[in-house]
Amino acid sequence: MSTGAIIMMIIGLGLTWGGAAVCLGIALKSRKGK
Amino acid sequence: MSREQWGSRTGFILAAVGSAVGLGNIWRFPYVTYENGGGAFFIPYLFAMLTAGIPFMILEFTLGHKYRSGAPKTLASLNRRFEWLGWFQVMISAVIACYYVVVIAWAISYCYFAFSQSWGDDSNSFFFGTFLGLTSDNAPSRLGDLRWNLLLPLSIAWAATYVATYRGVQGGIEKINKILMPLLFLLVLYLIARIAFLPGALDGINWMFAPDFSKIWDPKVWSAAYGQIFFTLSVGFAIMLSYASFLPEKSDINNNAFMTVLMNCGFSMLAGIMVFGALGYMAHAQGTALTEVVSSGVGLAFVTLPTAINLLPAPGIMGPLFFLALVFAGVSSHISIAQAVITGLMDKLGWNRHQASTLFCTLGFLISLLFITQGGLLLLDLVDYFINNVALLGACLLELLLAGWLCRLTDFQRHANRLSEFRVGNWWLFCIRFVSVGILLILLFNNILGAFRENYGGYANHEIYFIGWGMIGIMLILALSINAASRQESRL
Repeated sequence: MSTGAIIMMIIGLGLTWGGAAVCLGIALKSRKGK
Repeated sequence: MSREQWGSRTGFILAAVGSAVGLGNIWRFPYVTYENGGGAFFIPYLFAMLTAGIPFMILEFTLGHKYRSGAPKTLASLNRRFEWLGWFQVMISAVIACYYVVVIAWAISYCYFAFSQSWGDDSNSFFFGTFLGLTSDNAPSRLGDLRWNLLLPLSIAWAATYVATYRGVQGGIEKINKILMPLLFLLVLYLIARIAFLPGALDGINWMFAPDFSKIWDPKVWSAAYGQIFFTLSVGFAIMLSYASFLPEKSDINNNAFMTVLMNCGFSMLAGIMVFGALGYMAHAQGTALTEVVSSGVGLAFVTLPTAINLLPAPGIMGPLFFLALVFAGVSSHISIAQAVITGLMDKLGWNRHQASTLFCTLGFLISLLFITQGGLLLLDLVDYFINNVALLGACLLELLLAGWLCRLTDFQRHANRLSEFRVGNWWLFCIRFVSVGILLILLFNNILGAFRENYGGYANHEIYFIGWGMIGIMLILALSINAASRQESRL
């Protein structure tokens, strides 16, 4: 795979799944705080 | 009677993701990415996700949660003159439910065929000829005979939706999504792990992700990115309004919307890796270029990938698992589409869930028989084109205009922020009022112009006008009539 493809794959997967993980973290933190 | 509620936040998010993740994530997104600059497409796509997908999802969750009813009642609460738009959205869902289920029925059949690769070496003539019985005499208006081989899988698909919707939000929809969604993700991850190490697979994945940055200056690429976002998220046709109407009083809105959209888009990327990995391996095994095997839609799922499955190691395991993933993705979406119609009927007509579910699933089953005829695929193709490109985008645009311009959007922003784990600022107002509306205006204008200018799919003019435009006309007349009757009733 080319470097460009690897970088774009990391950006795509990172932003979506990484973003979802951050949101999940916020939800878990808020549940703990209650 | 108190309104049904989701049993848990996880249940709601899995159901919303299950609705958004559908067949399109597997057979449309990878091809659209490949066609529009590969990895470079992610720039407009992720931008569209942030500026249109997430704001629209927040709006739908907010409206559903605030008014606690399906699309007709929710939109009537915004403005009584717009109840028809809610019914129009419900009708879009009803039509989609009738043909979408047929594709699930095909996938169920192929799940069985895949054990022995019954399609043989010529998957193209098997699918169109042996399986669908399509002949050159057939057309959307000349459907031919019923294909009895499809009756059982069609009944199974409707039965799954019926059981889920009949048993209710917590006992049916939530439970089934809590099983289907984790299984779907595991299936796709397993298939990726098996496919990625095959020779040629990484070349296929490279084709999908290698960026061609010259394409991001092309307005068509941006239009494709926004189009994909609007198609994939189940917004604008009553589904998310209906699902959010079952949220408990104290529920987060903003974070739930972010998670739903991000997981849906993330799943699309995983599906892309799976599909292009398989295509890359197939091209390698056949000694052809990937450009010669790449396709999308029905052709990808039922012609190209069966050929790829023939070449895979252990095709009797990988094949059924791939089609099982399609079935899971399809069924979870179909349940949400049916629920959108059922919620509309329950809220407006005061029917109980059992009555609404039985009536809709029975009528839907009968209507979907039209699509399991010899020419059913052609009818499905024509109806899908008009529903997606004209009716759905039109409904999205009108809903955004109504909420963004005819109502106080800041009231919805306050409602969403009141209970959410993080707040959305003025960017959200700007995205709803200007970005989403502007882009939808352009997309809809182009689509309507295209539908008039070109004979879509080479179908006859009378079929395009009577079936395509005629269907939208009838839906509009019906929706407006129900609205007029409602207003007259409330005056008495």
